Amino acid sequence: MERTSTEGPDYFHKVVDCQWACPAHTPVPEYIRLIAEGRYDDAYMVNWKSNVFPGVLGRTCDRPCEPACRRGRVDEEPVAICRLKRVAADNKDDVSGRMPPSAANSNGKRIALVGAGPASLTVARDLAPMGYELVIYDSDPRSGGMIRSQIPRFRLPESVIDEEVGYITDMGMELRLGQRVDSLKGLLDEGYDAVFVGSGAPRGRDLDIPGRKEAAANIHIGIDWLSSVSFGHIEKIGKKVIVLGGGNTAMDCCRTSRRLGGEEVKVIVRSGFAEMKASPWEKEDAIHEDIPILNFLSPKEFVHENGKLKGVIFEKNHTVTDDKGRKKVVASGEPDEFHECDDVLMAVGQENSFPWIERDIGLEFDQWDMPRVDEITFQSTRPGVFFGGDAAFGPKNIIWAVAHGHQAAISIHKHCQGQDISDRPPPMVTLASQKMGIHEWSYDNDISNEDRFRVPHLDKAISLKDVKAEVELGFDTRIGYKEAQRCFNCDVQTVFADPLCIECDACTDICPVDAITFIENGDEADLRPRLTAPALNLTQDLYVSGSLKTGRVMVKDEDVCLHCGLCAERCPTGAWDMQRFILDMATASPICTK
Amino acid sequence: MTYIAKPKFAHPNLKPNSLGYTRRDYEGSVSTLCAGCGHDSISSAIIQAVFELEIPPHKIAKMSGIGCSSKTPDYMMGASHGFNTVHGRMPSVLTGANLANKDLVYLGISGDGDSASIGLGQFAHSVRRGVNMTYIVENNGVYGLTKGQFSATSDKGSKSKGGEINHDAGIDLVGLALQLGATFVARSFSGDKAQLVPLVKAALLHKGPAFIDCISPCVQFNNHNGSTKSYDYVREHNEAVNRMDVIVPRNPIHVDYEPGETKTVTQHDGSILSLHKLAEHYDPSDRVAALAFLSAKAALGEIVTGLLFVDPASQDLHDGLNTVDTPLNELHDKELIPGAKVLEALNASLR
Ligand SMILES: Cc1cc2nc3c(=O)[nH]c(=O)nc-3n(C[C@H](O)[C@H](O)[C@H](O)COP(=O)(O)OP(=O)(O)OC[C@H]3O[C@@H](n4cnc5c(N)ncnc54)[C@H](O)[C@@H]3O)c2cc1C
Ligand SMILES: Cc1ncc(C[n+]2csc(CCOP(=O)(O)OP(=O)(O)O)c2C)c(N)n1
Ligand code: SF4
Ligand code: SF4
Ligand code: SF4
Ligand SMILES: [Mg+2]
Repeated sequence: MERTSTEGPDYFHKVVDCQWACPAHTPVPEYIRLIAEGRYDDAYMVNWKSNVFPGVLGRTCDRPCEPACRRGRVDEEPVAICRLKRVAADNKDDVSGRMPPSAANSNGKRIALVGAGPASLTVARDLAPMGYELVIYDSDPRSGGMIRSQIPRFRLPESVIDEEVGYITDMGMELRLGQRVDSLKGLLDEGYDAVFVGSGAPRGRDLDIPGRKEAAANIHIGIDWLSSVSFGHIEKIGKKVIVLGGGNTAMDCCRTSRRLGGEEVKVIVRSGFAEMKASPWEKEDAIHEDIPILNFLSPKEFVHENGKLKGVIFEKNHTVTDDKGRKKVVASGEPDEFHECDDVLMAVGQENSFPWIERDIGLEFDQWDMPRVDEITFQSTRPGVFFGGDAAFGPKNIIWAVAHGHQAAISIHKHCQGQDISDRPPPMVTLASQKMGIHEWSYDNDISNEDRFRVPHLDKAISLKDVKAEVELGFDTRIGYKEAQRCFNCDVQTVFADPLCIECDACTDICPVDAITFIENGDEADLRPRLTAPALNLTQDLYVSGSLKTGRVMVKDEDVCLHCGLCAERCPTGAWDMQRFILDMATASPICTK
Repeated sequence: MTYIAKPKFAHPNLKPNSLGYTRRDYEGSVSTLCAGCGHDSISSAIIQAVFELEIPPHKIAKMSGIGCSSKTPDYMMGASHGFNTVHGRMPSVLTGANLANKDLVYLGISGDGDSASIGLGQFAHSVRRGVNMTYIVENNGVYGLTKGQFSATSDKGSKSKGGEINHDAGIDLVGLALQLGATFVARSFSGDKAQLVPLVKAALLHKGPAFIDCISPCVQFNNHNGSTKSYDYVREHNEAVNRMDVIVPRNPIHVDYEPGETKTVTQHDGSILSLHKLAEHYDPSDRVAALAFLSAKAALGEIVTGLLFVDPASQDLHDGLNTVDTPLNELHDKELIPGAKVLEALNASLR
């Protein structure tokens, strides 16, 4: 292999698995170290800069970082990255003074944002400090989008939403709440310099099966029902409730039902348990609240007596494997099953819908009736109209909405300044040695052997009585510290200087995970299996030196490196050094957080 | 010196041996030697060899004297027996221990100072007596622990870090071991584990005195220009006579060398040493020729490494003394104090 090039931001960024996996590229190990130091304000601001809603996300994030976390490959479970974020949010002091100041003067550009969800709010935050005049429309009476309307209060208290939405709206912008945009054309005619569409995926799928119309009074579309609960329009449900669907919305519906009078609440799913879309922890929480999850049942008919819902008839399914080895769920032919109920909540999918966007304004839609949106600039086919969040590519989650928002804000800024929006600003990267003394590093390189800590929960009897009582209590600072210590500090990189190496083997001998091999060079496919510990995880890079004195090369498999720095401690010549890699994603305005 | 403990996490694909131990289970405490010390590499080669041979740690006795090298038994096989003797006295204590319990695997670890200076006599007698042991000298050409004075294996004419020239003739421990009747003699280099690990394995399986002179650069005091035991010098002057694979009947491995280039030696326990020749005409079963070869190469300034001599039909001290099969430490009063009648008969037989 060629000598590995660590030029540019990507090589070392990929080593920081969590940061690479985070759509907003939050510097995870950086904030985890700050938590360990008790610097909660700083940890919060590091998060706030990248992901805008640390308190919200520390409770609700889909956490793509955790399955990616390196610790999960050597230990039973990854670092509790998400819940540590909450530790920063819960324990910080007043940080309002550290928020970017409102712009003193308008820059003369007016931007309309449709929807006040996380996507639009991120755009607004990134643009406000530069003096943009921002007008945010939302048909809901309050801002926050689905963070407020969908996510139940027992998972996310209102105060957290108010605080974090407030940091943004306080920067100075016009909120037009309760005001639905019914025509994009009309909006464009108002002369905005750019429009951002962050209207989400607001339509819940319906089921067109017998009895649907007749029993409509007790059959609800999950997301509509949840938002009615959030805004206080619904406070009760029947004793027996069936929730149809296996995603996170279904989990929120069933758990909310338990708190509004549902005594026998069941989730009924077409697929098997493992194939359900809900995150494992959401399923766990539902089961913990005595909600059975029944599998392989498709709803066939709503049974009613003169319009009064009695229950649902289900067809039984099973899994078959086709000739290509693909698994499919099909009817099994067994007798149908009847389940009695008072109410049904349908959580069988969520869609975009853009009835308010005219199709003749130069904004193209594709065969699935989705707007054509550029994946990098987030611009539609009509210059000056940008999309982001669930509105861009279908329903995802908050952190993706934030990541889209940052990119769209960059595009909007460039658009308004007459610059080429396809020319993207690169992230800022720095590498700094962590060496303090012969065996002293400015990071804590000792490796904790602790198992992942569990987040304590509110007593079930209490929490099931109150839809607003937060179930998760969060780590206290003591457990937060211990969990923080489980992080390997993957951003502290092992950096190798070929000319200094005398091939003494000290690094190979000390490395606890056999990451380093001195070996005759070959191509990647040849090298991987020949290493001391064969490098079988192809998603992880090999770090290869140039040819050394003996003609061999140094090959380090990044896969399970603990970043313990022992290689650098044992190296007599300083050929290995531990260097902290900082990657600062570009944002539209340089967000200064002091 | 490292202040943190070596993390317990290991590579998830690390395989255990048939005893259920991974290589990491054969580690000891973290080394306190200088970073980059050759001795640490040798420790790691020994750990690898013992792991591969699947020796239960409690069946090993690690014996050493004084010196950086003699500290290393602490850094390997934490669950084995160990004894640190006074300077240069390891061979005698090892001999005694071996007499008392011949069932353990004896691993003597020493330095060039410990064995060629203060302990030269001890070294000589343990070898000529044929003690069943693996005797490894971690040879750095200096007294590392006392800050780098020339040792008795320093080559005449080589330079110290401070610039003085060594006027005294160097002792070649390999030559000595051959003359003293060692039945397994090898030389290797800490920086070449591919060569060293099989040599340690073969030595551990050998019955009788197995001696390995392992050149081990001292990064602190003897790794400069002018040293003949630096990483660079040894790499430039290394003349390997052979490469070896050790095949244990229990888990045979496939060795693919061209026919004619390989010589196999079967040791007393059935283990096969498969020697891949690098130097033509070199025959490791000829003690006299080995001595001649070594002197000729030494005169040219070359450092000969590899398995230099092996006697597969070797015997050990217990064979010579005709001791009973049961280790002496397991004999009880019943066997040891047979009573007045037996004494009388014995006395009578001597009259
Ligand atoms: C039940 C449920 C639970 C969820 N739980 C989580 C979770 O735990 N974690 C997570 O990461 N994600 C979760 N999500 C997904 C997450 O809420 C969304 O992905 C995210 O909010 C999308 O953000 P957005 O800014 O694109 O749009 P949204 O948050 O959907 O905001 C869009 C806003 O636009 C408004 N709007 C739409 N059309 C118009 C119009 N024409 N005029 C004016 N206003 C309009 C809507 O009223 C809405 O307020 C959940 C979703 C649901 C349904
Ligand atoms: C009886 C006695 N004499 C002298 C010493 C001082 N001393 C300690 S270590 C050492 C030399 C060790 O040299 P070597 O065996 O080559 O070990 P190294 O440190 O080089 O590995 C000496 C002379 C001692 N400890 N005991
Ligand atoms: S161990 Fe820490 S730095 Fe490494 S991937 Fe996990 S959270 Fe990120
Ligand atoms: S930091 Fe160095 S010693 Fe530690 S695991 Fe990574 S490569 Fe191995
Ligand atoms: S410890 Fe340093 S000098 Fe020795 S082999 Fe490793 S990188 Fe090279
Ligand atoms: Mg020495």
